Amino acid sequence: MLKSLTQHRLSGLALLAIIILLVPAFLNNPFQYDMATLVLIYATTVVGLNLLVGYAGQISLGHAGFFGMGAYFSAVMTSRFDWSPVPTLILGAALVGLVAYIVGRPILRLKGYYLGMATLAMGFIIYITLNNEGWLTGGPDGMPVPGLSIFGWELSTFNTYSFLGMEISGSLAWYWLMGVMLILGVWIAQNLIDSPIGRALRSVHGSEVAASVVGVDTPKFKNLVFVVSAIYASLMGSLYAHFQGFITPESAGFMESIIFVTMVVLGGMGSTLGVIFGAALLTLLPQLLADFHDYEMMMFGLILMLTMIFMPKGLLPTTQAFIRKKLHKKAEDKA
Amino acid sequence: MFSEFLQYLFTGITIGATYALIALGFTLIYNASHVINFAQGEFLMIGGMATVSLIGLGFPLPVAMVGAILLAALMGIALQRFAIAPAKQADPVTLIIITIGAAIFIRGIAQLVWGRGYHSMPNFSGDVPVRIGGAVVNTQTFWVVGIAAVLVAGLVFFFTKTMIGKAILATSMNKVAARLVGIKTDMVLMLAFLLSAVLGSIAGIIVAPITFTSYDIGIMLGLKGFVAAALGGLGSGMGAIVGGLTLGIVEAMTAGYISSDYKDAAAFGVIILVLFFMPRGLMGARVVERV
Amino acid sequence: MSKKLLRRGGLLAATLAAGIFSGAQAADPIKIGSFLSVTGPASFLGDPELKTLRMYVDKINEEGGVLGRPLELVHYDDEGNASNARNYASRLVRADRVDIIVGGSTTGATMAAVPLIEQSRTPFISLAGAVVITDPVKPWVFKTPQSDRLAAERVMQDMQERGITKIGLISGTGGFGRSGREQTQQVAEAMGIQILEDVTYSPSDTDMTAQLTRIRNNQDIEAVFNFGFGQSPAIVTRNFAQLGIDRPFYQSHGVASNSFLDLAGSAAEGLRLPASPILVPDSLADDDPQKTIVQAYVDAYEARWNESVSTFGGYAYDGLMLAVAAIEEAGSTDREAVRQALENIQGHVGVTGIFNMSPNDHNGLAADSFRILEVVDGGWKLIE
Repeated sequence: MLKSLTQHRLSGLALLAIIILLVPAFLNNPFQYDMATLVLIYATTVVGLNLLVGYAGQISLGHAGFFGMGAYFSAVMTSRFDWSPVPTLILGAALVGLVAYIVGRPILRLKGYYLGMATLAMGFIIYITLNNEGWLTGGPDGMPVPGLSIFGWELSTFNTYSFLGMEISGSLAWYWLMGVMLILGVWIAQNLIDSPIGRALRSVHGSEVAASVVGVDTPKFKNLVFVVSAIYASLMGSLYAHFQGFITPESAGFMESIIFVTMVVLGGMGSTLGVIFGAALLTLLPQLLADFHDYEMMMFGLILMLTMIFMPKGLLPTTQAFIRKKLHKKAEDKA
Repeated sequence: MFSEFLQYLFTGITIGATYALIALGFTLIYNASHVINFAQGEFLMIGGMATVSLIGLGFPLPVAMVGAILLAALMGIALQRFAIAPAKQADPVTLIIITIGAAIFIRGIAQLVWGRGYHSMPNFSGDVPVRIGGAVVNTQTFWVVGIAAVLVAGLVFFFTKTMIGKAILATSMNKVAARLVGIKTDMVLMLAFLLSAVLGSIAGIIVAPITFTSYDIGIMLGLKGFVAAALGGLGSGMGAIVGGLTLGIVEAMTAGYISSDYKDAAAFGVIILVLFFMPRGLMGARVVERV
Repeated sequence: MSKKLLRRGGLLAATLAAGIFSGAQAADPIKIGSFLSVTGPASFLGDPELKTLRMYVDKINEEGGVLGRPLELVHYDDEGNASNARNYASRLVRADRVDIIVGGSTTGATMAAVPLIEQSRTPFISLAGAVVITDPVKPWVFKTPQSDRLAAERVMQDMQERGITKIGLISGTGGFGRSGREQTQQVAEAMGIQILEDVTYSPSDTDMTAQLTRIRNNQDIEAVFNFGFGQSPAIVTRNFAQLGIDRPFYQSHGVASNSFLDLAGSAAEGLRLPASPILVPDSLADDDPQKTIVQAYVDAYEARWNESVSTFGGYAYDGLMLAVAAIEEAGSTDREAVRQALENIQGHVGVTGIFNMSPNDHNGLAADSFRILEVVDGGWKLIE
C-alpha cells in the first residue's frame, strides 16, 4: 500500500516533468514562452492554495493578498533599497509566512463562508494599503521592478545566455527556472500530503469534530497549511514581480483571489495535477478569447459556468473518472 | 458639529439601506439552498439598466420599473433552473464559482446589449433637497429608505403569515422533513431565487438616481451586500438589515471623520473584528455544528 | 449529443489555436498594435479610442495607406487591468511583431507595459495622462494627452485670475486621481495657493456627501477642485449641488466629454474645466490652426458612430496621426528611424493641441493647449 502510494506520487511527478520538458517543442515565439512561464508561476501558487482549499477544505477568498505582499516586498526592497533579489524574496516569504501565522490563528476558527468573508476582508485591507501608500508602492499606477539577478546575472527575457555550452534565450531560461520551481513545489506539497500531517489534514476536510476526537490538533494543522500556502503565494508573487518587470495593486486584488480559487476548483480540488491544469486554462483562456473582442466576457463566463455545472469535481478528476469508467466497461465487455 | 454628524448619518443610512436590501437577497437564497449567490449584484444591474433603457424607449417610469423587475425575476428563475439546480451535489466552493461565472456571463451580455457607458435616472420626486437640522438630504433618500422598509415589512408578513412563506422557512430548516409534509422543495428553491432577484432589481432601481447605473455596477455593490450579510449573520433576515445599515454608517463616518482613503479598509476591519468575537456575525444563529 | 458537443469544442479549440499561433506572417501591411481598456472601469476611455482607431485606419486604407502600404490594426482589450496590458504588449511585440504601438488607455496599463516595450525597442505612443509616462523621458515612449500637471497649472492659473487663493481639493483614489492630486499639491505650492481641505473618494463610491461636507463646513475655502474620472466626478458634482456649496467649482480634464454633462445634469451648471477644443469646435476662432482639423474629426466621429465625441477619442486620433506622420517622415517602418522621426516632430496640428516633440519632451504640448470651458445652459462655453 505504502509502496504503491510512493510510486504513484513519483509517477505523477515524472509525468509533470515530461510535460514541462516537452512543452517548449510546441512554442514558437517568445510571447508563447511568456505565457508558459506565467502558467508555471500561477500553477505553483495554486498548488500551494490547493493544500488549503483542496485538502484542508478551507475557503480562502483573499489569497492574492499574500501573492501581492510577496511581490511588493521584492519590488520595494530591490528597487528602493538595492537589496539582492534572491535573499529578498526568501526573506519576504518568511515575513509573509509570519503574517499568515499571526492572522491565521484567529481567522481559521471561523467556518465555511465566514472564513471566506474574513480572508476576503484581509485581502482587501492588503489591497487598499498597497493602493494608498503611494510613497512606498507607487499607488494604483504601480511600480517598476528590477530584473531577477542571480549571482550577478540579470535574467531578462530579452537576453541570451550560454549555459553548459548551449545558447539559451532569456525566455527559455525563465521557463526552465519556473518549471523547476513548479516541480519542487509539487514535490513538497505531495510530501506534505502523504505525511502524517497530511493524513490529519484530509481528516479535517472530512470532519473537524471527528478529527479532534481521535486526537488530531486541527487548529494547529489548519494554521500550518495556511502558512505554507501563504509562503507559496509570496514566493511566486516575488518571482512574478521580477518576471513582469512591473507590479500594480491589482495583483493583490479581490479578482485575483477569485481567479486563484477558480483555478483550484476548475482544475479539480485536491488533485495536484488538476489544479496545474486549471491554472493553465485560466491563464491562457483570456488570450484565446481575445480575438472575440466584444463577446470575450460573455464567453468566459459561459465557459466557467458550464464547466463547473457539468464537471463539478473539476476538469481533471471528472475526466479521469470518465476514462476509468470507459476502461472498466471495456474490460467488462471483453470478459 | 451636530449637523455634520447628521449629514454623515443620512449618507450612511441611504447607502446602508441599499446594502441591506442586497444582503436580504443573499439571505433568501442562502436560507433556501445554502448557496452564496455572487450574481446577486447583477440583479441590481439588470434592475437599473433595464429601467433606463425602457425609459429611453419611451415608456413611463412605473412601466419601465415593472418591466425591469419582471426581467430580473425571469433571470433569477433561469439562474436557479439552469445553473444551480443541475449542480445540486456540488461543493459550496464550486457553487460559488458557478454563480461567479453566471455573473460574468450576465455582465457580458448586458455590455453587448446596453453598451458600456454610465446612465443617469431622474429622481422619483424632484431635485430640490430637503434640509433637516442643518443636514441636506436628497429626496431620493426617502424613497430608498421608505421602499426598503416596505419591502422588509412585506417579507416579514410573507414569511410569518402566508403558506408559501412558511414553506420556504420550513425548507430552509430541514429539506427532507419539508418534503415529507408535502412541500415541493424544487418550487421553493425557484421562489427563493425569484424573490431575491425581485429584491435586488428593486434595490438597483431605487439607487440608480443616486449612484447612476452601468453594466458593471453590480460587482462592487454585490460584494458589499455579501459583506453586510456576513456581518449581520448569514441566514438571518434581521442580521442582513442590521449588517447593511452598520456597514453603510461605518463607511460614511470613517469618510467624514477620519479619512476617505481607508473608508473601505475600516469597513473590512470591522468585519474581521466582529467575526473574531462573534464567529457567526452579529445576529447569526448560535447553532451547534452537526457532525 | 455529448459527442457532437465535444467535436464542436475541438473544432473551436483548433480555430482558436490557429488564431493565436498564426501571429507573424510576411509583413506587407504596416502593423499598428494597440491595447486599450475597452471594457472595465476605464471603458469610457478605451471605447472611443478604439472606435477612433478603427475608423481612421479604415479611412487611411481607403485613401491608399501609408508609404503605399495598408495599415493593419491589431488590438486587444486589457479590461483596465495592468497585468493584462503587460501581457498583451508582450503579444504585440513578440507574437504579432507590430511596427508601432498606439494604446494604453490608463497610466497603470501604460506603465505596466513600458519596461517590456522599452526592452523590445518598439515605438510606443501612450494615450494616458500622468506625467510619469514621459517624465523622466524614456527613449521609446511618447504620449498624446496633456499631462495632469498641465491640467493643474491651467486650472490654478484660472483661479488666480479670479483672485482665488484658498481651495478645497477632492480627488479619486484611482491612478488618475491620485497622480492628479500629487501634481495639484505641487503646483499649488509653487503658485502660492493654499489647499485647506484635501479629501478623497474611491472610484466605486456611490455617495461623496460625507467628504464634501468637510469642504462645505470650512468657511475659508474659496473654490473647490475635483480631480477624478469615470462616473465619480458626476456624483461629486451632484452632491456638490445638493449640499448647496455656493463657491466656484472646477473639474479636471478627466471628465471632458458630453456624457459627463448627461450624467451630472443641471448640477454641472457653472463649473469650469480644462479641455481640448474638441468639445467646442464651433467656438474656435476661424484663424485658429486647430479649427478645421477638430471640426473634421468631430463630424466624422459623430457621423460614423452616432454618439457625441469625447476628448479621449481625440487622444487616439492624435496618436495614430503622429505614428503615420513619423512613419512617412522616416520613409520606412525601421524602428529607430520612426522613433527619431517621432522625437523630431514639430508643429504637428492635432485635435488635442499642437505637438512640438523634442528629445527632452515626448509629449510636446504646452499648457495653452488646454482651454478653460464653463458649463452654461447645459453646454460647453469657451472662456477666453
